Amino acid sequence: MTERLLAPFTAIGRAALSLASGIGRWGVFAGDTVRSLRHVDVWGRLLLEQMSRIGADSVPIALFISTFTGVVLALQASYTFTGAIPMYFVGVLVGKTMMLELGPVLTGLALSGRVGANIAAELGTMRVTEQVDALETMAYPPLAYLVAPRVLAGIIMFPIVTVLAVGIGVVSGWLTSLQLLDMSTAEFLRGLTLFFRPFDVVFTVIKATSFGLIVTSIGCYFGFHTRGGAAGVGQSTTRAVVASSMVILVLDAFWAVVLL
Amino acid sequence: MSIILDDVYKAFGPHEVLRGFSLEVRDGETLVVLGESGSGKSVALKHMVGLFSADRGEVWVDGRKLRDLPTEELYELRRGIGYVFQFAALFDSMTLEQNVGMGLRRIGGLSEQEIAKRVEECLAVVDLDGLGARYPAELSGGQRKRTGIARAIAARPKYLLYDEPTTGLDPVTKAVIDQLILRMKKELGVTGVVITHDVDSACLVGDRIAMLYRGRRRFLGTPDELKATVDPVVKGFIEGRPELMEETE
Ligand SMILES: Nc1ncnc2c1ncn2[C@@H]1O[C@H](COP(=O)(O)OP(=O)(O)O)[C@@H](O)[C@H]1O
Ligand SMILES: [Mg+2]
Repeated sequence: MTERLLAPFTAIGRAALSLASGIGRWGVFAGDTVRSLRHVDVWGRLLLEQMSRIGADSVPIALFISTFTGVVLALQASYTFTGAIPMYFVGVLVGKTMMLELGPVLTGLALSGRVGANIAAELGTMRVTEQVDALETMAYPPLAYLVAPRVLAGIIMFPIVTVLAVGIGVVSGWLTSLQLLDMSTAEFLRGLTLFFRPFDVVFTVIKATSFGLIVTSIGCYFGFHTRGGAAGVGQSTTRAVVASSMVILVLDAFWAVVLL
Repeated sequence: MSIILDDVYKAFGPHEVLRGFSLEVRDGETLVVLGESGSGKSVALKHMVGLFSADRGEVWVDGRKLRDLPTEELYELRRGIGYVFQFAALFDSMTLEQNVGMGLRRIGGLSEQEIAKRVEECLAVVDLDGLGARYPAELSGGQRKRTGIARAIAARPKYLLYDEPTTGLDPVTKAVIDQLILRMKKELGVTGVVITHDVDSACLVGDRIAMLYRGRRRFLGTPDELKATVDPVVKGFIEGRPELMEETE
């Protein structure tokens, strides 16, 4: 009876323990990856390819999301403000929200599905088919060959994709204001620039960089430690997406607390 | 110079796979390791290139203890060892040429032409010349295995380790691979370790045969000695009679 009552608590305790040890193992993995950076000759030639796969190929999905987000933000702002607050505040809300929150977070979440899942599945397959071992036997340090270029590409490309997404989101918010809200360009721009601080851009970039690190390194971590054939690959992929999405949301709050 | 496993123990969690396995691969010979599926043959082979490190016991390659070897020296040493993986483990995003050339690119000091020439030679050795531009997905199982062998010999290693080179192949393809293993020894002079559970292949390609059973070496001898064995476990295995192998430890 008492066991039954305690079950949820033991479950929570276990989950907490496995979370803590998971974070620890990820930390060791990240440290080893940093050390593998000394093999520039191994990862150097692979970086461009990964930048294009992780960054360039992600632009369409990021722009798709931010376009619609921009529309919705403009409409919701006008719906909220009408009659109470001058309409140029639509520009304030679109700009600030895109930059500080929705641009980085939605891009991060979308890319954790696209990039993180892809990395986990690819490395997981390589692991279970012994391609990772094959790299080792041919004297390619697997962390330098597989992980370093992906994580570096994520760190470099996520901010670029995010800034593009923010830009497109603002443009779509502006066009929405012109077409659907009877605002003028001057009004929208006034709002956009009113509370703008250069630090907003820094904040966007810091967030996006950290999300790039998280999505790619977690994808690599789960992929690299895959076990047990096709089922194992599926499991790693799911775990990578779930874990990186959660970490993105936690980090998002963390940056808000620390930097704002 | 040789590869030595000295009293190697290896467990995965509570599961003890190797429990004091010892083996010495002599220079120039082909040594076959027989054993049931799941008996730890691949685990033992992976110890020889440092893909696993022993919980207890030592692995020596050319007089060097793998445990004490700095990473760079381990990589250096691995260049002298070609590893043929059970399912070939080809990089599926690369063509056969790129697969075979991987190891050479890493060594450095070779021009692209020299690499291309060597790759072509290696593919010719395994009768895959002309297929260099294909991708692994476009190959049959036997062709993949042969590509794996071509990749393993590209850096002209002293040792070739084959993990179940003929498992899952049709009889004809199997014979082709067995002949290839014999040729590698004769023409390239490599020392070979071949893992298999196929007794006929073992007797054909092996100078000596060892049997791994319950984590230890149960038998070591020539093919003739294997056929003449009176050990019920070994006999049961080679004759496919599990009832003989039933024994308590
Ligand atoms: N990386 C690993 N992690 C956990 N268990 C493993 C690992 N590699 C092998 N094993 C276990 O070791 C045992 C022997 O495996 P293996 O050497 O592949 O057998 P085989 O003789 O068929 O080659 C199996 O039970 C396998 O599950
Ligand atoms: Mg095996």
